[in-house]
Amino acid sequence: MILQSVKMAWKAIISNKLRSFLTMLGIIIGVLSLVVLVSIASSTTSAVKDKISSIGTNLLTVTVSDDKGNPIKLDDLDSIVESNDSISAAAPIATSSVTASSSYSEETATVYGTTGSYFSIQGLSLSSGRTIKMTDVDNHTNVVVISSDLAKDVMGRQDVTGESISLGGIKYLIIGVLEADDSTTSTYSSYMAYIPYTSLIRLSTSVSTNITSFCVSSTSDTSMDAAESALDSYLLARFNDDEDAYSIQNQSEIMEAMSSVTNVMTLMLGGIAAISLLVGGIGIMNIMLVSVSERTREIGIRKAIGAGRGSIMTQFLIEALMISLMGCGIGIFFSWIALKIISVFAISYSMTFTMSKSVVLIAIAFSLAIGVIFGLYPANKAARKNPIEALRCSE
Amino acid sequence: MEANNEIIVFHDVSKIYSIGENEVRALSHASMSIRKGEFVSIIGPSGSGKSTMMNIIGCLDVCDEGDYYLNGQSIKEYSETELARIRNRQIGFIFQNFNLIGNLTAEENVELPLIYQRAGKAERKELVDNALSRVGLTSRKSHKPSELSGGQQQRVAVARALVTRPSIFLADEPTGNLDSATGKEIMGLFHELHEQGNTIVLITHDPTVASQASRSIRIFDGEVTE
Repeated sequence: MILQSVKMAWKAIISNKLRSFLTMLGIIIGVLSLVVLVSIASSTTSAVKDKISSIGTNLLTVTVSDDKGNPIKLDDLDSIVESNDSISAAAPIATSSVTASSSYSEETATVYGTTGSYFSIQGLSLSSGRTIKMTDVDNHTNVVVISSDLAKDVMGRQDVTGESISLGGIKYLIIGVLEADDSTTSTYSSYMAYIPYTSLIRLSTSVSTNITSFCVSSTSDTSMDAAESALDSYLLARFNDDEDAYSIQNQSEIMEAMSSVTNVMTLMLGGIAAISLLVGGIGIMNIMLVSVSERTREIGIRKAIGAGRGSIMTQFLIEALMISLMGCGIGIFFSWIALKIISVFAISYSMTFTMSKSVVLIAIAFSLAIGVIFGLYPANKAARKNPIEALRCSE
Repeated sequence: MEANNEIIVFHDVSKIYSIGENEVRALSHASMSIRKGEFVSIIGPSGSGKSTMMNIIGCLDVCDEGDYYLNGQSIKEYSETELARIRNRQIGFIFQNFNLIGNLTAEENVELPLIYQRAGKAERKELVDNALSRVGLTSRKSHKPSELSGGQQQRVAVARALVTRPSIFLADEPTGNLDSATGKEIMGLFHELHEQGNTIVLITHDPTVASQASRSIRIFDGEVTE
């Protein structure tokens, strides 16, 4: 019986193709916006999350805004690491912008003054050479580790360890080249050079032995809280109990804040799209009502030859369901195409947009529910028609 | 009463419609009976109550007073679903304006009552083919009603009625929309069905059509006069 009803519904749908398609259009657009918007939001969320976690979830960044005449020196960082079990490494961060040049080309690069620990804390790995050693820092050696982009665009090739590059007019020996970072977007400069902190003091006038910013890694993800509180109490003691003199940024806190923001965004986008799906459902009800009154005579004939209320009800309900599910299917297909197209445009940002499986399931469930809810009233109206009056009705 | 042989029995049947405050007796204490295998016409002018009688015989409606027995079964206080079942299995309707479903082919129209009987696919196919060949339309089975002439459409309707092997054929002015030649053909079909032992009830206002039946029941102002 259900199979027969499906056949009947299919006949009714194809015998009025344009109208059926226009009715479906509401559902198609609804599903399309739901699936595409939510997929984009969740793909973006996971891309951003990957980015943050590649930096490391056990990373704390400290910024000192007021040193109260008792600035942090390089040696202090060592003692912080030694005196706390929860902290595995600490590295100063100072930056400056200089012109990097070689006989091949020149570009403006960001120079980081730091120590060897920085690479392990930030999760940077080398494609060749070595990182900065403690002796380099102690002796203010002019050595540099450069990013892959800088090697390519200023030196002309990747494998340049052992050659020299000029930073702000001073010659530096390249001791290592970083691995190419695929996740780096093209929107900001990836020309970076890492030199010993002490060398940067000489290169830049704005950097002194007083460290204003440094990063710390905890021994593991679970010791983050311990590391943060240890750091907090150390800094409080150091800066006369003034909480405003410094700030500690916790990577996992940023991540949590990030995901709660994106979750709200996804929900909001999904909600807006669901409203358009609902409007599509009202369209179905509207057309089904028209269809029922247009087909009054058909209903009369069917009833005369023995269709019960149930059969008529099933027939019209399945018709509504079929319209909404076909619309849903077409909508999902178009979303898939749309996401492919968007991915092509987003390739320069090295992001891929994939269809989120859960939102596809939600869209199907929602369309099913809409088909039933908005099909029920017209179907019931059809089923309740009096056969004598329905037969008398002229077409 | 020869109860075993009587397929339709009206016993003091009344049907009352209320239009506003007025009561209209479409049927008033009508009594009659039709035996199995009879070819009976019900004749009366328009507004005489013959349509009401047809609706009650065809179980599209139930009477307000009196009793109606179909195959010895009292049709009273039946639910809509049960009435639909009786229509499906016992009554074969043939209407003046054919009443075929426009987006279905001849074959599918004939198949429809069997679908509501939940007959199996193979059985349906066999019965449909058989019914269409009996009305001589096998070659036109995949045509839609709009592609068929009036006479052919009425043949499809007859096939749809006979496919379920009903107890009675109930024809409402079956020749009313046809020219006299095709009308005769259709009447010929009814004679054939009658000869095969079927009960045929023909509702008409046309005395020449009515005269072809073996017996006529006259109805006037809601009363059976003959």
